[in-house]
Amino acid sequence: MSVQVYWEDVSEGMELPSLVNETTTRQLVQYAGASGDFYEIHYDKDFATNTGLPGVIIHGALKNAFLGYLMTDWAGELGWLRKLSCQYRGMDYPGIPLTAKGVITRKYQDGEALLVDCDIMLENPEGEINTPGTATVELPSRNNF
Amino acid sequence: MTTPDSFLTETMISEAIGSESSPVTSKIEAGAIIRFAEAIGDTNSIFNDEIMARKSRYGGLIAPPTFLRSIKTIPPEIPFEIPFHRILDAGSSWEYFHPVRANDAITAIGKVIDINERNGRLGLMVFMTTEISYTNQFNELIATQVNTTIRY
Repeated sequence: MSVQVYWEDVSEGMELPSLVNETTTRQLVQYAGASGDFYEIHYDKDFATNTGLPGVIIHGALKNAFLGYLMTDWAGELGWLRKLSCQYRGMDYPGIPLTAKGVITRKYQDGEALLVDCDIMLENPEGEINTPGTATVELPSRNNF
Repeated sequence: MTTPDSFLTETMISEAIGSESSPVTSKIEAGAIIRFAEAIGDTNSIFNDEIMARKSRYGGLIAPPTFLRSIKTIPPEIPFEIPFHRILDAGSSWEYFHPVRANDAITAIGKVIDINERNGRLGLMVFMTTEISYTNQFNELIATQVNTTIRY
């Protein structure tokens, strides 16, 4: 885990440290078990292809989780993820690494809360982004005690 | 396979919007939090290690942001059946107010906030958006999830 980030350290346009995840079919099974989503398109290849998919696909919610991981890792113990949003515009498949990336689009205050908005995404090795999203984090100040 | 041009009527839409599910309460287990963190590959100790988590500002194990996907939610009952059985998740918007802690009892209630249809590549698709509210044993609103599914 990295060093705690503070509101004074960040600025609009700054990129968040990226994270790479290469999902395996084993992880899809593990996620199915942990989340209770046992929809067969995520682990049964015949079922997936019978519905018209090229193979088993990553759960949208697992992609959402990768983006959550990107944000909580960056926000640190003292940061608080207020909002996390994403859309599944296309399929992503196991065996293909996905890079979770983000950039700060807005730095602002809401009352006493020190906030940043970010554009976030999962990008595949071809540069395609099938899962775009946004997040809002409340960051600590170096001036607080 | 051919699909009809249209399925939803104005009446069906107005009947569905506002439908609420029965509440379901789930006990949050430390083991379930840890298993979820492992499944998503998040090694942060506040999600994985009870002793380290106790030393953190949270005073104990808390759940990763999308963990609430794993708790049981009853779908809101709409007064008609959607005849398309293939489902895709279109996305979720979460808002977080308080952490989810091990041993919390979280109650989930879903409400349909939008339903519409579209003709596309997959044929006729019904989009349904549900807002799920999660409250804890102290009646604090923990989080909300606005989720859209596509049935086709």
